[in-house]
Amino acid sequence: MSYLEYNVKTVPTGLRKVLHVNWPLVLLLTAVASVGFLMLYSVAGGRIEVWAEPQMERFAVGIVAMLAIGFVPIWFWRNLSAVAYLVSLLLLVAVEIVGTIGMGAQRWIELGPLRLQPSELMKIALVMLLAAYYDWLDVKKVSHPLWVIIPVVIVLVPTFLVLKQPDLGTAILLLAGGGIVMFVAGVSLWYFAAVIALAVGLVFTVFESRGTEWQLIKDYQFRRIDTFLDPSTDPLGAGYNITQAQIALGSGGWAGKGYMQGTQSRLNFLPEKHTDFIFTTLAEEFGFIGAVSLLTLYVLILVFCIQSALSNRDRFSALLTFGVGGTFFLFFMVNMSMVTGLMPVVGVPLPLVSYGGTAMIILLGAFGLVQSAHIHRPR
Amino acid sequence: MRRPPRDSQESFRTISRRGLMLASLQAVFIGTLAYRMRYLQVDQADEFRLLAEENSIKVRLLPPARGLIVDRNGAVVASNEQNYRITIIKEDADDTEAVLDRLARLIPLSDDDRERTLKEAGRTPTLPITVADRLSWEEFSRIAVNAPALPGVTTEVGLSRHYPLGPDLAHVLGYVGPVSDYDLSKIEDPDPLLKIPRFQIGKIGLEAKLEADLRGKAGSRRIEVNSTGRVMREIDRKKGDPGASIQITIDRRLQNYVQARLGSESAAAVVIDVRTGDILAINSAPSFDPNMFVRGISGPEYRTLTENDHRPLADKSVQGAYPPGSTFKMVVALAALEAGVIGTGDTVWCPGYTKLGNRRFHCWKRGGHGHVALTESLQKSCDVFYYEAAQRVGIDAVAAMARRLGIGVRFDLPMSAISEGLAPDKQWKQEKYGQGWMMGDTLNSGIGQGYVLASPLQLAVMSARIATGREVMPRLVRSLNGVEVPLAEPPSLGLNENALRAVRKGMFDVSNSQRGTAYRSRIVDETMWMAGKTGTSQVRNITAAERARGVTKNEDLPWERRDHALFVAFAPYDAPRIAVSVVVEHGGGGSLAAAPIARDIVLQALNEGFPPLTAYPADQREGIEAAREELQLMEPEGPSGGRSRA
Repeated sequence: MSYLEYNVKTVPTGLRKVLHVNWPLVLLLTAVASVGFLMLYSVAGGRIEVWAEPQMERFAVGIVAMLAIGFVPIWFWRNLSAVAYLVSLLLLVAVEIVGTIGMGAQRWIELGPLRLQPSELMKIALVMLLAAYYDWLDVKKVSHPLWVIIPVVIVLVPTFLVLKQPDLGTAILLLAGGGIVMFVAGVSLWYFAAVIALAVGLVFTVFESRGTEWQLIKDYQFRRIDTFLDPSTDPLGAGYNITQAQIALGSGGWAGKGYMQGTQSRLNFLPEKHTDFIFTTLAEEFGFIGAVSLLTLYVLILVFCIQSALSNRDRFSALLTFGVGGTFFLFFMVNMSMVTGLMPVVGVPLPLVSYGGTAMIILLGAFGLVQSAHIHRPR
Repeated sequence: MRRPPRDSQESFRTISRRGLMLASLQAVFIGTLAYRMRYLQVDQADEFRLLAEENSIKVRLLPPARGLIVDRNGAVVASNEQNYRITIIKEDADDTEAVLDRLARLIPLSDDDRERTLKEAGRTPTLPITVADRLSWEEFSRIAVNAPALPGVTTEVGLSRHYPLGPDLAHVLGYVGPVSDYDLSKIEDPDPLLKIPRFQIGKIGLEAKLEADLRGKAGSRRIEVNSTGRVMREIDRKKGDPGASIQITIDRRLQNYVQARLGSESAAAVVIDVRTGDILAINSAPSFDPNMFVRGISGPEYRTLTENDHRPLADKSVQGAYPPGSTFKMVVALAALEAGVIGTGDTVWCPGYTKLGNRRFHCWKRGGHGHVALTESLQKSCDVFYYEAAQRVGIDAVAAMARRLGIGVRFDLPMSAISEGLAPDKQWKQEKYGQGWMMGDTLNSGIGQGYVLASPLQLAVMSARIATGREVMPRLVRSLNGVEVPLAEPPSLGLNENALRAVRKGMFDVSNSQRGTAYRSRIVDETMWMAGKTGTSQVRNITAAERARGVTKNEDLPWERRDHALFVAFAPYDAPRIAVSVVVEHGGGGSLAAAPIARDIVLQALNEGFPPLTAYPADQREGIEAAREELQLMEPEGPSGGRSRA
């Protein structure tokens, strides 16, 4: 069913929309963000003005943005999908050009007080465009090769641009985010199986090539992989972050060392303690209980997204909600896997908790789309 | 665009199905993540907690102060001096070379030091490595002020060993030095202290032998550091136990005097308190300054020591084993008297030689001594008497007596490489050379030549035992950490008192009878009368041809082929208090080279300072007084001790 097919009049209007906001989701997001404030206060050594306060301000802006976006009918956003994607793509290219002309790898564009990372924007825009694409596409054609190629190109173009920055973390998120929407849209499982088989084969070949004449990647890249597989081989080099993160995490134990009592983060053993590695501080200070609690909050957010998506009979809304939820899942999953040593360090922040400029606002904006889909779902 | 409702239905079902599949997939990932957290934070928590401790809380050992060594009067002979030094921890320095470059601009830093630091730091990047030692206060403060520009560099005030007496006690105390890999390899389970680079342990002598007592127990300091190694705070500090202080039996002033008296000779002297066995002085000359080794001796300095033909590094007093020569005659005399093969009144005819088969064994006096009895044989050191005595009693009895008197016995003193000497007997020769003992060997042994070997320490012990008739045991440690080493009166040797008295009388006559071999070195003050025995031990064979030509005089020989001069003594004659032995390597005759030194030492020991000149024969007093003026002695000072030396 598409939004054109149901009676628009049954959709709440005006201030009545407030009643139909997915309030549990807002509450959960606020809870997670509050955990972030606490941790930022802690890693700053008990000073609020360093990271916690700016983060709160951004969160306030983000929540307002979320509700504002949520009150706008979802069909408006659907029509904007292609524009959002194109603008993001242009900005990505712009950043690429500025980065080449300017100094080093610049990933952001200054917009007054805000630093806009086009790649952040692209994560959402990509999900929007793919959802809109499958909303438009005839259901029968979903698995037709031609109609599979188009979304693949939509995904790969920004992925390559981001990879060139180079930002492996975001590239992975874009790829996986796009994959999730395509998966939910019903693209034949064979495609996914083929891609996975191809990837496994490629990895295997790369490893096989090691030490031979046709070695596919450079020695130092192999060493990085080695370091990931066994951080102890290079405890003071690249393995340092991983080792220290695990020490911090592990030493937290069952109940943690207590709020503001973490020694590892406090003593600068941890790199990027207020951004990508903030989870280790939480795990150190609040232990396994704290870590699992945060994970539970994230899972609940995900559950509410899935529940909202499953109950939405509008195709675009459902796909978008799955896409945003999936991207959110990827965020915390990749970050937590990274700091617990399940994945190489790729530089993905912990959503809503890590200190991060526009990332939080954009993420909350994405949840605004979810709210919009929720409020304006077919009755 | 409108879709047929059926399509919509199907699409909705697809999305729901795939959505649930996705959710299950996500659940799997989340489950894995939760399991991983459980593994890290619950299963492995203890291990990581330990790692975290190591990470942020570092334990730095506090080296204990090494035990002091004081002499019998409480004067410090081995002390600990404050030592300003700087250390570097590679892990914290980041770029060690750059930091060292910056350091070199502030203080003089030799290429050697630089290289050594880099090497040591490479081996133990987490431990402080001493970069420079013994800095002046100015240099030290210059580093301290510039600390922010020198990551990983720490200024420390440490303790370093100092030997205020310098060369005087070098062979007794030995010296300390940094732990070497070789040292560590010898120790089964090394004290963590030893792993502190440049930690000093006793290398030789008393410092090495009593290392366990002197070292003490390390304290520790737990500090919290951040990842750059900066000390955030000290958590606690556990004081270690300083090493035990040791009081040795040496009299610092006597030791100093003896060393000065031996002068530049290659010689050794030992002074023993016959009543207790306390070693009052034990010297080996020439000596070396142990402080040089503590500082770190340079190649050229070390070569000077090793290439010196007077062997300053060797401790001749306990390591040296010399043929005792005529000083061994008391042993033979006592053996013969005990066995009853010679009576105190029996005489032996000395024609100047003894014939054994067709070989002649000469007396040192070519013309012979005529009829000699025991006392006279010692006084004049007649060789033929002892050829006869040794033949009569047999070598095994001589060897047994030698051991009873301390020759061929290894004394367990805390000194390095103590020689056992040698009291040869038939069994020994059979085992060592697979040859039977020959009568010629007995004759040679009878005058302390041939296989017989004794160290100056053993000779002094021998004199002490003859003087007292008791089994005097030498000792070097008087008290340990304030606890006196128990002392019992030595048991009697069980020797015939008459025999002992006859031997002592012979020794008395050596220096007090006009025809004694050491008459010139007599003491005229009867409260300090000295009994002694000269000895001259050949270091070369005198061939029959040379004997026919006339034996070359010592003065005409090159130094290293001259005879060793020996003298053993005890005093006062009536009530012995001290026993002395002096060996002057290649000094020529015992009466000329060794006896005067022994007399001076005896008098010095008995008087605990310079004796009145009236103790010397009237005609020698002027010369003695002049010689005293030339001696370079340390300035007299209080028992607290200091480090100034004249």
